[in-house]
Amino acid sequence: MRSLFRFHGGVKPATNKAASTSEPIVKAPLPPRLVVPLHQSIGGTPHPLVRAGQRVLKGELIGAADGNVSSAVHAPTSGLVTAVEPALMAHPSGLTMLSVIIEPDGEDRWAELDRLNYKSTPPDELRDFVRDAGIVGLGGAVFPTHLKMNPGREGRTRTLVLNGAECEPFITCDDMLMRERAAGIVKGTAILRHLLQADEVLIGIEDNKPEAVAAMQTAVRAEGESMEVVAIPTRYPAGGAKQLIRVLTGIEVPHGRRSTDFGVQCFNVGTAYAVFEALTCGHPLISRIVTVAGNVDRPRNYEVLIGTPMSDVVRLSGQRTDTTRYLMGGPMMGMRMPGFDVPVVKATNCILVASDALFPPPPPEQACIRCGECARACPADLQPFELYWFSRAKNFGKAQEYNLFDCIECGCCAYVCPSHIPLVDYYRFSKSEIWARERDKSASDQARERFEFRNFRQEREKEEKAAKLAAKAAETRAKLATEPAVDGAAATPAADAAEDPKKALIAAALARAQAQRAAAQPKNTDNLSAETQAEIEQIEARRRTTGNAPASGPAPAGTGASAPDTQP
Amino acid sequence: MIHSPYIRKPASVQRVMGTVLVALLPGLAAYVWQFGAGILVNLALASVAAIAIEALVMRLRKRPVALAVGDLSAVVTAWLVVLSIPPIVPWWITLLAVIISIGVAKHLYGGLGQNPFNPAMVAFCALIVAYPALMSQWPGAGQLDFAAQLDLILGGARQPDGITAATALDALRTGMRSGASVGTVFSGNSAFGIAGGRGWEWVAAGYALGGLILLGTRVITWHLPAAFIAMLAVVSGLFWLIDPAQHASPLFHLASGGAMLAAFFIVTDPVSGATTPRGKLIFAAGIALIAWLIRSFGAYPDGIAFGVLLMNICVPLIDMKTQPPVFGHRGGNS
Repeated sequence: MRSLFRFHGGVKPATNKAASTSEPIVKAPLPPRLVVPLHQSIGGTPHPLVRAGQRVLKGELIGAADGNVSSAVHAPTSGLVTAVEPALMAHPSGLTMLSVIIEPDGEDRWAELDRLNYKSTPPDELRDFVRDAGIVGLGGAVFPTHLKMNPGREGRTRTLVLNGAECEPFITCDDMLMRERAAGIVKGTAILRHLLQADEVLIGIEDNKPEAVAAMQTAVRAEGESMEVVAIPTRYPAGGAKQLIRVLTGIEVPHGRRSTDFGVQCFNVGTAYAVFEALTCGHPLISRIVTVAGNVDRPRNYEVLIGTPMSDVVRLSGQRTDTTRYLMGGPMMGMRMPGFDVPVVKATNCILVASDALFPPPPPEQACIRCGECARACPADLQPFELYWFSRAKNFGKAQEYNLFDCIECGCCAYVCPSHIPLVDYYRFSKSEIWARERDKSASDQARERFEFRNFRQEREKEEKAAKLAAKAAETRAKLATEPAVDGAAATPAADAAEDPKKALIAAALARAQAQRAAAQPKNTDNLSAETQAEIEQIEARRRTTGNAPASGPAPAGTGASAPDTQP
Repeated sequence: MIHSPYIRKPASVQRVMGTVLVALLPGLAAYVWQFGAGILVNLALASVAAIAIEALVMRLRKRPVALAVGDLSAVVTAWLVVLSIPPIVPWWITLLAVIISIGVAKHLYGGLGQNPFNPAMVAFCALIVAYPALMSQWPGAGQLDFAAQLDLILGGARQPDGITAATALDALRTGMRSGASVGTVFSGNSAFGIAGGRGWEWVAAGYALGGLILLGTRVITWHLPAAFIAMLAVVSGLFWLIDPAQHASPLFHLASGGAMLAAFFIVTDPVSGATTPRGKLIFAAGIALIAWLIRSFGAYPDGIAFGVLLMNICVPLIDMKTQPPVFGHRGGNS
């Protein structure tokens, strides 16, 4: 028996997991319309590769990863692209996101599949393959998986942690996946282990899922892998990556550090399964397991194509009439959806159907009595009530000093607060204020730097010009001193150079300017047509006869000082 | 717009305060048993006054009245202040105590959660300074019947010698001042009971039992009562071991005066006390130390109230200096 470690705090809300695990995973039918958002991972937004009116096949790339910190997006089924346009995002903001709208043709025909033997493929190629298969962290954070498939600095990973804890109430998608597809998860984990060069693999599962633990143990034995399935105490948020790493290894990964710095990497079980599907079957990530629970008649897990409108999935479970909204995720950290028809995305582990009876609005906020319940519940060892006081007073500096940014927004503090204070909202407010201020500050810093650099540049150019002029003057002076005469035009002034260097300089400059003018100024007497030339000659002849001929100028015959003014 | 989390533990300030009131019942029962039902009159008066003042002040401050009255915090303060002062004080002293604790010490600082000082102890200190005679007239166990107590509470004439007896701490102080040893003071005085003051040891036991209720329901953590009791026992025990003739035993100190009430109900006030685990230990130990110093060397028979107020002042500093390390920032993390 492995000795486990504790993390501070945590809460034990009613798990509400039994109802949705009584039936196996059901494949959701093809919806009449799929809305596939292009941006479904942390990082860059993929560019659309399809246009309206184009036919696509199942698994066809429709959005290419934008740079390395991004992940590809694929057509979930075969059909017709009816539009590439902004559509409502599965996010509380209610903002839209460029999405590919596909009308399925019902054939569900696969594109040509690309498989890979991971053992004979170089790691770089494997990572690109995973990126192009659109695989992201399916625990909800949707961090591109290929970016995590790197061993740490030493080229080895001590521990690969597979996260099957699933600590949030109501959510059972990982539980059901482990029960039904344990072999695939273990095979995917073996691939991840190969890439990470991991010494040990620990599969952490909360002990309220004995069926999943057993299924995974059986699969590990059947695959002949040396991985350890560890049942961990059920306590929210044991499924947070940092909490799970702490429980299994005793290592605490501080805020702002990567677990790989400590020789640990952590993946969700669903992600491992997706890696297996991509490499072994060639299937890119176009569907996922989604729990539908809450205010429905038949809570259940479905295998849902990415892009399926949530209401189409919930309908299968029998949505009750007093439903007020959908939440994506669980009741502790879930996000309120801006509508019922927002699409299922890669981050959708659970559609929690809410009603006022199931999740009543919180009682009115009361004064904080500093009872410290929140501090006893905080898994990050923070003093949440202090952060609350600082946030309320907009004392953001102090809030940061008390490690506001170590808060993982798990909601434990607000869950236990006897004064019903929406504590997490206060922290979100403070964090966004601090980010906004930092943005403002960096914008004004940039403006100031630009201004200062401009001043510096102007100053520098002035100096450079002066230096250049001085050098030139010195050069000319030296030249004049050694060469008595230059050319015909400057001959007379240059003769005085020996007596007065300054005068000589001026004369030289004048001569140079004159020569330049002569060379640069276009003359309206150049390239004349035959008639004009004849006319000019007539005028010249007339002038000569009247004695008005201009003073001799540089050849050819000048047109007088007023000539430039008459130019068009 | 409601954000996560969408579920909440069934907890409320009202539930916390209600638990405190329930936990006070064993001590109160022992009180009535040993000293008569007069305390109940003052308790009822104080409760009504507390609710009235709370409502009035909330109304003046244009804040929701029902929410504040319903949270029972005013009633808890009223009970604690009544249990801290003699049970036979005239009604206007009780009223004054409630006005000072709720009107001044609580609401002048901004109401529930905002007061830096323990409201009940502010009232106690103000009154013992303003009315030292009335505030030190404690009846002996079984000395007065209910009718006599009621008469005194309603403002009847007082003949101190007839209505009160010296408390154990008083008797000890007076005895020691006259040069007697602890043993001789104890042996010839009816003020002393089995462990502390006669009758009071039962009340103390009742408070301790209530404290166990608070610990069991997780309304308080072990830190505050443990540090208070340990400090009082250690410091009094040390001097008692050195010179038992000049110093009372730790058991006497723990069972006398307001020690048990303080350990479980007064120093555990979350609003005005320290909040970090280490901070709680320092805070409660500091109160115990000051209380023992005042009991042993000061001008007042008991010093817990002053100890609480003095340590209240130190709370911001204590909390600041005892912040526990945050996840991942502990030493020895590789």
